[in-house]
Amino acid sequence: MAHKLLGKDFLPHDVVAKVTGEAKYAEDFRAEGMVFARLLSSPYPHARVKSIDVSEALKIPGVVGVLLPEDVKNPDAPDIPLLTMEPGYVGAPIMLVAAEDETTAQDAIEKVRIEFEPLPFHVDPLASLHPDAHDARTDGNVGAAGVKFQTLKWTKEDFDNAGSRMPAGKAAQEWEYGDLDATFARCKLVLDETFVHASNSHHSMEPRTAMAYWQNGKCILHVSSQSQSFIAPALAGMIGIPPSDLVLVAEYCGGGFGSKGGAYPLQALPALLSRKINRPVMMRISRAEEYYNGSARLGFQGQVKLGFAEDGKLLAADLYVIQENGACQSFFDFRNAADGLSILYQPEAMRWRGMPVYANSIIRSAQRGPGYNQIAHIMEPLLDKAARELKVDRLAIRLKNAGGHQAAFGAKRATVSSCYIKEALEKGAAKFGWQERLARHGRKNGSKVTAVAICQAFHPAGFSGFDGLMRILPTGKVHIHTGVGNLGTFSHSSTSRIAAEVLKLNWDDVIIERGDSRRHLPWNIGQFGSNTNFTMARTNYVAAMDALAKLKEIAARRFGGSPEQYDIDGRRVFRKGSPGTGMTYGEAAQRAIQMGGKYDGHELPKDINPMTQTSATAIAGTGLVGVAKDNLPLTGAPAAFAAAFVEIELDLETGKHVILDYMGVADCGTVIHPAGLETQIKSGAVQGFGVAALERIVYDPQNGLPASVGFYQAKPPTYGDVALRFRTDAVDLPDPSSPLGTKGIGEPLLGCATAAVLCALSEAIGGHVFNRTPVVPDMILNQLAGRPHPHGPLQVNCQ
Amino acid sequence: MSDTSINAEMEARRVSRREFIKRVIASGAVASSASFVMGGLAGCSPRPGTVAGSVERLISLNVNGQLRRVDVLPQETLAMTLRYKLGLTGTKLSCDRAECGACTVMIEGTTYYSCSTLTHSVRNRKVTTIEGLRGPNGELHPVQQAFVDELGPQCGFCTPGQVVAAVALLQKNPRPTREEARHAMSGNLCRCGAYDNYLNAIMRAAGNTAEIHHGA
Repeated sequence: MAHKLLGKDFLPHDVVAKVTGEAKYAEDFRAEGMVFARLLSSPYPHARVKSIDVSEALKIPGVVGVLLPEDVKNPDAPDIPLLTMEPGYVGAPIMLVAAEDETTAQDAIEKVRIEFEPLPFHVDPLASLHPDAHDARTDGNVGAAGVKFQTLKWTKEDFDNAGSRMPAGKAAQEWEYGDLDATFARCKLVLDETFVHASNSHHSMEPRTAMAYWQNGKCILHVSSQSQSFIAPALAGMIGIPPSDLVLVAEYCGGGFGSKGGAYPLQALPALLSRKINRPVMMRISRAEEYYNGSARLGFQGQVKLGFAEDGKLLAADLYVIQENGACQSFFDFRNAADGLSILYQPEAMRWRGMPVYANSIIRSAQRGPGYNQIAHIMEPLLDKAARELKVDRLAIRLKNAGGHQAAFGAKRATVSSCYIKEALEKGAAKFGWQERLARHGRKNGSKVTAVAICQAFHPAGFSGFDGLMRILPTGKVHIHTGVGNLGTFSHSSTSRIAAEVLKLNWDDVIIERGDSRRHLPWNIGQFGSNTNFTMARTNYVAAMDALAKLKEIAARRFGGSPEQYDIDGRRVFRKGSPGTGMTYGEAAQRAIQMGGKYDGHELPKDINPMTQTSATAIAGTGLVGVAKDNLPLTGAPAAFAAAFVEIELDLETGKHVILDYMGVADCGTVIHPAGLETQIKSGAVQGFGVAALERIVYDPQNGLPASVGFYQAKPPTYGDVALRFRTDAVDLPDPSSPLGTKGIGEPLLGCATAAVLCALSEAIGGHVFNRTPVVPDMILNQLAGRPHPHGPLQVNCQ
Repeated sequence: MSDTSINAEMEARRVSRREFIKRVIASGAVASSASFVMGGLAGCSPRPGTVAGSVERLISLNVNGQLRRVDVLPQETLAMTLRYKLGLTGTKLSCDRAECGACTVMIEGTTYYSCSTLTHSVRNRKVTTIEGLRGPNGELHPVQQAFVDELGPQCGFCTPGQVVAAVALLQKNPRPTREEARHAMSGNLCRCGAYDNYLNAIMRAAGNTAEIHHGA
């Protein structure tokens, strides 16, 4: 079907403000009488605060007040506390001081007398499971969403009997399908390997600064958030107010990558302090504080046993993942990893075991492709290893294992709504010239060797059940209200084009309402990467379909006949076969206001969320209101896939590599915004290059002190690390569960790129698989020289 | 840009960083034991006497072609003066440690990290921020337009610094190759990873269409 807007480039409305400096982020706002707050953070990896004496601090001229742990209501453990008396990591917020200026606030922090009782700590989840080892928390050592918070240690025998495998005791969670032993028994090749996936920071360029003040009982809060509507209930809960009393401004967000997807305590603290001292409060967060509290991808230690048939088909998989939670509740990457393995390679039999373990290290949260990407980074090099040993082509082994639309995954053997990974691999291989490139694979030029690789990744691509809201004004302008947030992917606009497409609108007639809860926003999903497009396409579709039905009903009332006898052209609703009989959208909106009831938002669907009810009520009477909950059917779990092709040159004398050429191919359903997609394919790959070879979290195991608290230490990629040539493409085939065929793609674009670089590095040194991220030049040089690596095979937070 | 000039540029930055630290020490501002405190002094102007040597002086700055009179502390950074005293919030603070380039401004046509430049050191010198790039009738600077056309920004937080760095590059080298631009821009981080879009934008602004990369 030819679309008017879909598949066409457009200029998202927030781009110009970003190149002129007019885009306002949280730290760019000011309020009359604003004071500055500074954090007092834990210098210990684990300690009990015995006492806090702020008397000297309060004597400093200019100090306005303090916020102490006793002033806040913390969530139940192990959720992240707002302020804590038992800090579990260096940098954990304990209290705040507010002063007329930031220097005075910091001077006052220095005057706070605080007595700590240091407690035992660890920064190695696996080692901490030994019965003699310390735990990170005093109230439990294992837990995650879906896993009970508990104390669960392994036995001494579990460790003593491990040999070269990872020690493996009782799992906190596990599932299995098929006959694992029997399936392994008929495999031609079995690989059994330990692995480590490093944790890496989100490195958002905008630190999570926030500014808050109170007006007429409402809290006005400027935050750095990927999400808009989705975080309001939880954030209001932290502040202790109903969501309706929270005015949330998050029009721009300087990078989140998962770390600013949900509500987080540093958003709430200035609001609480502001209420206490009755002054607007700006709390700036430094880069180091961002590294302590800005969260990071969850690291893995694990063991994976893989059984292959002679033709390269993966028959059996046995995966055990220990996940580093950090000190507080984080995410469930360890569980996602299992689904990721099963969906990408479709083993006949599989077991998964998982242990989410707390450690005295920084806050963790979902990062672009949580779990699904880590497992692609581990599995793809092992797939190459199997291909090498079985003498199967690397493209062929992936095509052999790839699932189609009936791809089943996980313990429940659920199926996907669509899967075009085979098409992505084949399209990419043709355009990249896979066979021709293989001819120069392994070619040496002095100390440099050329290597090529092909890889893939997966991520779920959406949810359902959120609301859509829009209105047509008597002026003919159409306002699409979106509560999704602004992560920088332009999806607030690209998904709004679904609604515009349904109504055949000219894009110039559309105004997008977003970024500030006072703009009356519906209940929407957070800006959760690949999940956004599909989910928001559905909400915008149902709202537009509601508006379309109302346009036709209004016309039928005015001109007679039934609504089915009417059609639209983007500007007018008219009788089919009699284009002169009809009215403009603006005239219909005027009539909607006169008719009232459901037409102008005075009567609303019963099943929409209270937030949408409030917003729709606020705009009722201003035009023709389209509002609905997404009750559309689902034919399977929405799924996004991506394939990557890379050519690198590795210098065997320095261990450094250059990415000569990179090609990414997306399975994102029908392409909604080609330029935006190209941007995501390239930039997701850049982040992937960082995960593969640069980014790390380093802890001093003796003292529990972090050593990666600046960009130069934690190493996000720079201009110097990008591919010299990027190529992008998409399968561009529709997903049947998405009204216009679109689905998200953000996350696997990182995973396939990381895997591709890791595979290429392995290929360049003759096939050795490190089973570890990042692969840094030292590791390559040690491997080539036959020297032992300085880190143990399952050691973490160490390079 | 040749290797020699890159080295000269880098050397100039090194000196300015050293100079920065020297001046902060000389000013009497005491580095806090909590080493991650920003050097910046938000809501600048601590109460008189609370910070050693923290006496503001009224000085004149030339910012975006305008003479601006402003009270400045000895240890105040240009980024803080711009953001908190002159209302020019387009200049961003991300690391506050001369690592990322979000605070990049031009001083006499050369890029500086304003987070690590003392305001007192730029008296009588022309400071250009992102807000000073638009034309007299509000039209976008050609580099800004190229950044829009190439869909350069994602989250947008690093973008003002990237734009200023690109303008400075093209003033010195109007026709850089893509590789020269990559080197010249390497002091500006973008966590979204939009480097390729930014390089495309610089190639477009430079009229080097042969080195704009799109598609398969």
